[in-house]
Amino acid sequence: MLSYMLRRILVSIPILLVVLTLVFLLVRIAPGDPAVAALGDYASQEAVERMRERMGLNAPLWLQYVHFLGKLVQGDFGRSLINDVPVSQQIRRVLPYTLELTGAGIFFGLLFGVPLGVVTALRRNTLLDYGGRIFGLAGLSVPAFYLGILLMLLFSVQLDWFPVVGGGELSDLRDNLHHLVLPALSLGLIMTAYITRMTRSAMLQVLNEDYMRTARAKGLRERIVLLRHGLRTALIPIVSVIGVYSIVLIGSSVMTEVVFSRPGLGKLMVGAMKQRDYTTLQSIMVIYASFVVIINLVTDLAYGMLDPRIRYQ
Amino acid sequence: MSEQQTSSRRRQWTTFTRNTTALIGLFLAIVVTALAVLAPWISPHDPLKQNVYYRLKGPEPTHPLGVDDFGRDVLSRILWGARTSLIVGLASVGVGMMLGTVMGIVAGFKGGPAEYAIMRGVDVLLSFPTLVMGLMVMAILGSGMLKLILAIGVVMSPRFARVAHGPTLSVREKEYVMAARAVGANDLRILRRHILPNIFGEILVMASLWTATAIRIEANLSFIGLGVPPPTPTWGNMIRDGVKWLTNAPYLSVFPGLAILITVLAFNMLGDGLRDVSDPKLQV
Repeated sequence: MLSYMLRRILVSIPILLVVLTLVFLLVRIAPGDPAVAALGDYASQEAVERMRERMGLNAPLWLQYVHFLGKLVQGDFGRSLINDVPVSQQIRRVLPYTLELTGAGIFFGLLFGVPLGVVTALRRNTLLDYGGRIFGLAGLSVPAFYLGILLMLLFSVQLDWFPVVGGGELSDLRDNLHHLVLPALSLGLIMTAYITRMTRSAMLQVLNEDYMRTARAKGLRERIVLLRHGLRTALIPIVSVIGVYSIVLIGSSVMTEVVFSRPGLGKLMVGAMKQRDYTTLQSIMVIYASFVVIINLVTDLAYGMLDPRIRYQ
Repeated sequence: MSEQQTSSRRRQWTTFTRNTTALIGLFLAIVVTALAVLAPWISPHDPLKQNVYYRLKGPEPTHPLGVDDFGRDVLSRILWGARTSLIVGLASVGVGMMLGTVMGIVAGFKGGPAEYAIMRGVDVLLSFPTLVMGLMVMAILGSGMLKLILAIGVVMSPRFARVAHGPTLSVREKEYVMAARAVGANDLRILRRHILPNIFGEILVMASLWTATAIRIEANLSFIGLGVPPPTPTWGNMIRDGVKWLTNAPYLSVFPGLAILITVLAFNMLGDGLRDVSDPKLQV
């Protein structure tokens, strides 16, 4: 297992490097001078030139790239072009909010999606199954920001149960959770829909396998047959889908943070985009890329644990 | 067309027409498209005309879905917004399909280092959240319909590359491709005449499914303010403008959102049905 883990970690390094290179190049080909973007249109030529020097933009591209990677390795993300605050400080402030939001969304999805998928597969073509399928399709189709608005309208505006906007104080657990419920619910419902669909599909394929019939013929209890023989096998495709959809969920969290005006990486990113703060933007992309790599790694490891054949390939 | 092909088509058609979800999806997609095409003729009001005396009036007979904070008719704006959503959705999928198919076919047909480079790049792009990628590209390109189409198209292209790559690998080894090569056909001709027609069906099926994704990405970008600039109505920017009136005029955000939901749902249902027809093993 250890060598499998090491191999997966080594494989993820080139992926991270490609994403970092892409982010670096995308920011460099963006129209407009980042120094002008930082100082505003009325800055003098001299000030712009000084800023360019400070930002290292006068160096050849390859040298800029080496500096970019070198600083990243040291955890130095540079300073915001807008307010000169170290980007790492801004990221540290908002990262816990994004992590708790996406974590809660994934947890919610797993908690309800897997059982719902199993039940709908077992009750195929019943009212429950049709309901589950409609829920799955609706969850696949509804934009996260719209679901957030609907939840806000019902639970905050009409019923006044939860705050409309904000992320709450991290130090105050009650306040924090109170602010987390609706955004997490909006992501969680979408995740539940995805997982329900895939669990149902994976279970349907497994239910008709010969070994399920054999297990029943051996006289095993139905619960054991379904959980140990059925779900265990079905979990392999489900885990891969959970990995993929967790990444989709990170994208949706951007919108949820914007709708609920929650502090977080997504909100920081959208703000940086509107102000053309490229240093902050590229740093956030690096964090998102790291998320993707970590999720893929966890998915691969879970794969290896569920299916020993994969470890030996 | 051989008898075998005709019977296979007939079987696929029967499978499709028996799939209620797909038929509902097709019906809804046709309705939304018809409403978008006919918007100039069926809109009860000019979508840009402001009338401050009617500002924030709720639904009533002359304005069935209400009036926004500038006094513009919400129903007319939703109908015109359908044009933007569909144009961007379909055109960006077209761009993504062209770019991605070329990448996938070239990778599959050429093999070797080109294939490795293209497909590893595709894997990396596919592993990144589409929305974050779209936001990044739009932040660099700036707002506007053409840029929006290009940005979503670029973001969608790796998916098509993946779909085009697999079948190209298997078609490449078929006898008729070898026969074409033996009679002196060049690469371009083989790609155009033999490989593309064989994989096009599969690509088209996925295109219908991903149109839903493209429409959703457009709505997201418009909501953030990176889509088609105002005053052109888009469902995303209507919701964004409506959110600030959520307490006293919730219909300003709820109705355009419903339009997005119904349209995306329609293309998802249709795409799901078509995929079931083309590959029953993949049924969800």
